[in-house]
Amino acid sequence: MTGTMDSDIAATVHEKAERIAAGGGSKPRPARDPVNTAMINNWVEAMGDDNPVYTDPEFAASSVHGGLVAPPAMAQVWTMNGLHGQRAEDDPLGAMMAALDEAGFTSVVATNSEQTYHRYLSPGEHVSASTELDGVVGPKRTALGEGFFVTTRTSWLVGDEVVAEMTFKVLKFRPAGSDDGTAGDAGAAPWQGPSGRVVDASERAAGVLRPVISADTEFFWAGTRVGELRIQRWGDTLRHPPGPVDPGGSMEATPDYVVAAGHGTVYSYVVHHNPPVPGKQLPFVVALVELDEGVRVLGELIDADPGEVSIGMPVRAVFLRVDEELTLPAWEVAR
Amino acid sequence: MTLAGKAAIAGIGATEFSKDSGRSELRLACEAVRGALDDAGLAPSDVDGMVTFTMDANAEIAVARELGVGELSFFSRVHYGGGAAAATVQQAAMAVATGAADVVVAYRAFNERSGQRFGQVSSAAAQQVNSSGVDNSFHYPAGIATPAATVAMAAQRYLYEYGATTEDFGRVAVVDRKHAATNPNAWFHGKPISLDDHQASRWIAEPLRLLDCCQETDGGIALVITSAERAKDLPHTPVQVAAAAQGSGTGQYVMTSYYRDELAALPEMSVVGRQLWEQSGLSHSDVDVAVLYDHFTPYVLLQLEELGFCGRGEAKDFIAGDTLELHGKLPLNPHGGQLGEAYLHGMNGIAEGVRQVRGSAANQVPGARNVLVTAGTGVPTSGLVLGDYG
Repeated sequence: MTGTMDSDIAATVHEKAERIAAGGGSKPRPARDPVNTAMINNWVEAMGDDNPVYTDPEFAASSVHGGLVAPPAMAQVWTMNGLHGQRAEDDPLGAMMAALDEAGFTSVVATNSEQTYHRYLSPGEHVSASTELDGVVGPKRTALGEGFFVTTRTSWLVGDEVVAEMTFKVLKFRPAGSDDGTAGDAGAAPWQGPSGRVVDASERAAGVLRPVISADTEFFWAGTRVGELRIQRWGDTLRHPPGPVDPGGSMEATPDYVVAAGHGTVYSYVVHHNPPVPGKQLPFVVALVELDEGVRVLGELIDADPGEVSIGMPVRAVFLRVDEELTLPAWEVAR
Repeated sequence: MTLAGKAAIAGIGATEFSKDSGRSELRLACEAVRGALDDAGLAPSDVDGMVTFTMDANAEIAVARELGVGELSFFSRVHYGGGAAAATVQQAAMAVATGAADVVVAYRAFNERSGQRFGQVSSAAAQQVNSSGVDNSFHYPAGIATPAATVAMAAQRYLYEYGATTEDFGRVAVVDRKHAATNPNAWFHGKPISLDDHQASRWIAEPLRLLDCCQETDGGIALVITSAERAKDLPHTPVQVAAAAQGSGTGQYVMTSYYRDELAALPEMSVVGRQLWEQSGLSHSDVDVAVLYDHFTPYVLLQLEELGFCGRGEAKDFIAGDTLELHGKLPLNPHGGQLGEAYLHGMNGIAEGVRQVRGSAANQVPGARNVLVTAGTGVPTSGLVLGDYG
């Protein structure tokens, strides 16, 4: 970060968090359906759990349970809101998310979930769930951007009896480089990003020529900051470098991107000896790499002996973190 | 209608070629234009059209003001660096053919060695705020930041795919320098090189060595284009524009078309070639002299392939022996090219084409009738067929 977050914003977030927490738990919200064998059968099939105590009435009757039971890990399943469901109005997590959206922390990622099961549930039992806000911690600087960790505690009840509990934590953050004028801090490098290692290049790449970034390419550079090599996708078609129009010709289409695994092979390369290039140490290797995903991406091939580089050589992505705003995609030999 | 034969180059002018001209680029432009008009037997007041490169630092109106050209009815600029060279003549020929102008001057002048050197890293090019700047964002920060490096990427792949060697690149340099050695106007007059010299020269951007790279030059060149009819009344043999064309390929970038299926290719030059043969009614086998853009040697080989002189990957065999020498099957760059004579962004090659057709070149190819001239490679480009057709 180039500066600290406006302390007013943090104070406002904590003030709202206290108010929401003071409201206590939400009114227990009943599950859409009672615990039922149809849902159990589908769930265990999807999860690959073949314990007959969940599906075979005869077996279950002879078990310690004396009859069919539901897998405890299905606790949350029973009270899911459904595809078009709405959060309850008194849901503290919803209220806290709205407060953070308002403060500019618009992105969310779940970080951990811990569940405790007090007893098995049987078909026909009707559970309800109540959630309370456990705490809000922050602001914290993370690889994704600056944000707050929000923890909630959910209890599942049958009548007044608590049958299961969950502590659920999310990071509600402002994406690195979002247009609020601040850039997220990728944190002290090195660390492992989704497409490759992010290494500190503040010295080795000092003064490097900086990219001109447009609305069409912003996502790419936002990706490198978080260790993601993002390849633009139009329908099923990947394209790099990215641009504003669907290669298929549709003016209605909008792109998204895939995060490349970061593996590829050298399609061609240059060993640059002269003249000097800002942010590079002579001589250096630049490789045009064909990614496993099928597109070519250019980058410096770092820490390579020029004599060992050849066309077809496997490489993997690495990210050179120049400063808070700029991280360059690059390659290293896959050893 | 066709452009073939509608216009002619009636005059050529140039400054000396140096490494430090000691005067402004505008002065160089004016000297070249004035020289070309003198050569054509025309006065500044006869000029009503001007064409140059978007990269040229001398505005048409500035040149016109300095030389007393007066009113202009046509002015145009062509983009993409050296790719503009032959296209300036195309623009002029189209203006003449349509009546937009009667006498058009095409010019290019710069202090490219003592001033802004193209061989160095240009942060201005990297950071221009437009679509080209965004294109550049995918290679400048990666370290592909000089023209030589951009070409080296394609050249490396060419070597890999077709089993050529860097000696094949070197053979182009040796021929250019051999021709320059006997051209008194060439910077490397009297300084031929051997293939060993080439192989011993230092790496610039592997697989390119110093002697694969053209010079950096201070100087100016100008051409006077008018109708074929009017040219007949002027002092020199009219050098007709038998064909003039531009070309850009699919998936085109400036020097970094790295994302097309074939990296070791110049499809934009194929676009130019097809038009040149169709307009002129000629084919590659009719070419008596080839002035091929030679900022970097590998792209001379690729041009031979794209223009149909040989198949893909076969240039190394095509140029073996004396093919490219003055007495060979396809004399290449008799002036010494941009490696040997001067780097004037391709415009000196057009002037050489004119001299070859006139029969007045320092290294004259006997009976040269059809001369092929190409412009910058790796960029959207252009080409000409020049000839004397009576």
